[in-house]
Amino acid sequence: MLYQDTVDSEVLVHRPWFVASIFAAVLAVSLMFNLSGTAFGDLMRPVIGDPLQSGIYGRVAIAFVIAVMFCVNIVLIGFAPLRVQIGIVWAELLLLFLGFFNAFNLNMPFIWEHLPYLITQGVVTTIYVSAVSLIFASIIAMIAAIAKLSSNGFAYALASFYTSFFRGLPLLIQIYLIYLGLPQLGIVINAVPSGILALSLCVGAYMTEIFRAGIQSIDRGQWEASRSIGFGFGLTIRKIILPQALPVIIPPMGNTFIAMLKDSSLVSVLGVWELTFLARTIGQPTFHHMEMLITAAMIYWILSACLEVLQSRLEHHFARSKVR
Amino acid sequence: MTATDIDHLIGLNGGDSSMATGNVRRIPVSSQALSGQKQVPMSADKIIEATHVSKWYGSFRALTDVNLTVRKGERIVICGPSGSGKSTLIRCFNRLEANQEGEIRVNGMLLHNKMRNVTEVRKNVGMVFQHFNLFPHMTVLMNCMAGPMWIKGVPEAQAKQTALKYLERVRIPEQANKYPVQLSGGQQQRVAIARSLCMEPAVMLFDEPTSALDPEMVSEVLETMTSLARDGMTMVCVTHEMGFARAVADRIIFMDKGRIVEEANPNDFFTNPHHERTRLFLSQILSH
Ligand SMILES: Nc1ncnc2c1ncn2[C@@H]1O[C@H](COP(=O)(O)OP(=O)(O)OP(=O)(O)O)[C@@H](O)[C@H]1O
Ligand SMILES: [Mg+2]
Repeated sequence: MLYQDTVDSEVLVHRPWFVASIFAAVLAVSLMFNLSGTAFGDLMRPVIGDPLQSGIYGRVAIAFVIAVMFCVNIVLIGFAPLRVQIGIVWAELLLLFLGFFNAFNLNMPFIWEHLPYLITQGVVTTIYVSAVSLIFASIIAMIAAIAKLSSNGFAYALASFYTSFFRGLPLLIQIYLIYLGLPQLGIVINAVPSGILALSLCVGAYMTEIFRAGIQSIDRGQWEASRSIGFGFGLTIRKIILPQALPVIIPPMGNTFIAMLKDSSLVSVLGVWELTFLARTIGQPTFHHMEMLITAAMIYWILSACLEVLQSRLEHHFARSKVR
Repeated sequence: MTATDIDHLIGLNGGDSSMATGNVRRIPVSSQALSGQKQVPMSADKIIEATHVSKWYGSFRALTDVNLTVRKGERIVICGPSGSGKSTLIRCFNRLEANQEGEIRVNGMLLHNKMRNVTEVRKNVGMVFQHFNLFPHMTVLMNCMAGPMWIKGVPEAQAKQTALKYLERVRIPEQANKYPVQLSGGQQQRVAIARSLCMEPAVMLFDEPTSALDPEMVSEVLETMTSLARDGMTMVCVTHEMGFARAVADRIIFMDKGRIVEEANPNDFFTNPHHERTRLFLSQILSH
């Protein structure tokens, strides 16, 4: 939360000038598009007659109704308590999205038919690849971050070369390099392990910087207090510095993990049967591209949402010593 | 060691007999100068022994040929103007800073750059910082238990007992389960003192422990320190609390520009300082 001022100000959405300008804006936007042909135009049939014949009158009427509904909606929401507001807005936006997808005329039975397989094969593979990479990436990042902060030139050079290289190359190319390049050295690895390797190395490079910044954000005094008690380096990092750095580290780490979850779709180029690969291979031959892509998109979204919840839980957990 | 310094030391010893009885032990300054004499106790008695210590930050010389011996049970106050190297000196005693020249022995062990040696020394040296530096993610109790548990391998129940004992000692046992941010500055500093005491150190170092505190909290921390001193704890305090220095110190050391300028018992130090620089400092610090 931002800093909460104790001075009450009038709710923004209850100010006449604000409502009026929102009204004008929504009206203008709705007028720009000809909505007579949509489902909404159909709903207005009792007022404007046949939507397609209603001409400029129908267009204005539809825009007007939309603008009125919008304004009534935000004014009403303004009365609700915070949590209810959040819930209502989320629900409304979700409904709008569903309406948007509905406009694609998706073949629902086709989706239901293939959903179980998408989940048992695709989602499981995606989660497996992501979770394993996540663990490896964290380990790599922790080591590299400490190396980057050390006064050992060798360690620093290795770590900074690593982060520079793996942050500098497109992930797709890294995946190809590992899958096709390593066999040149006589190391043949399967698609899934090379996908995991590429993801771990790439995400580890990003996380190195996150860990480094987190460790550096801790006051020198904490190190001094810890070392002066007699704690060694490892103990200080594990028990004193990291627990304090976590609140700083977790939000960007959540970002990185969510990005990685979706980047794991890139390993589909190796023929790994994860979510994106299956969505494409099932959709293509039957010309149900949209059905499968939207389903996959929704599943990715749900998975990311789970990570978001996890992130906020963790943030909450580690913030407890900050409360007064 | 110049001739005047030695004169001054001898003068100090001679004129000091009335004061000496009130203190635990009264030892001539700079064991260096008097090391040939018979009354110097065995080295086991010396908790800290710094000889010819010099330190540079880059090309800046922060300490110049500092000699200081702290014996068991002695209370030493170090004062001096800002930037005179007080913090640098006491931070050398547990090697938070490294001195480039000279030797520092703590409990008879020569401090050098080997990790084992430094850790061994740090276990025996408690340090209290100006800004407390409590661990904010741990409760007060855990702050105190961590040291004994994690490096001395003390079992949890026993560590807790020790922690509570020392929290009692600094008179805040009721705050044991709070987090540091929930305490006032004075309480935090007392927890920091308890945290150091839990390691049962041979000597406590204080680096301006009261200068980040509001005036009304200064006294509670000073009282804690005074009672520690009364119980015979060996202490080296950097502080500008001259009332405390006068009441508690066995010796006051005045530093300027990285050197020890004057070293005297409190009585002489306040009433009859030998050096012009000391007089100037005292007139500044006592004038308000
Ligand atoms: N890390 C450092 N790098 C460079 N110079 C330093 C460093 N730490 C201290 N110094 C310098 O060394 C000198 C002594 O510093 P020190 O902190 O020991 O002074 P002090 O007597 O404790 O002063 P104060 O009363 O302000 O705490 C100062 O001139 C300071 O500028
Ligand atoms: Mg200082």
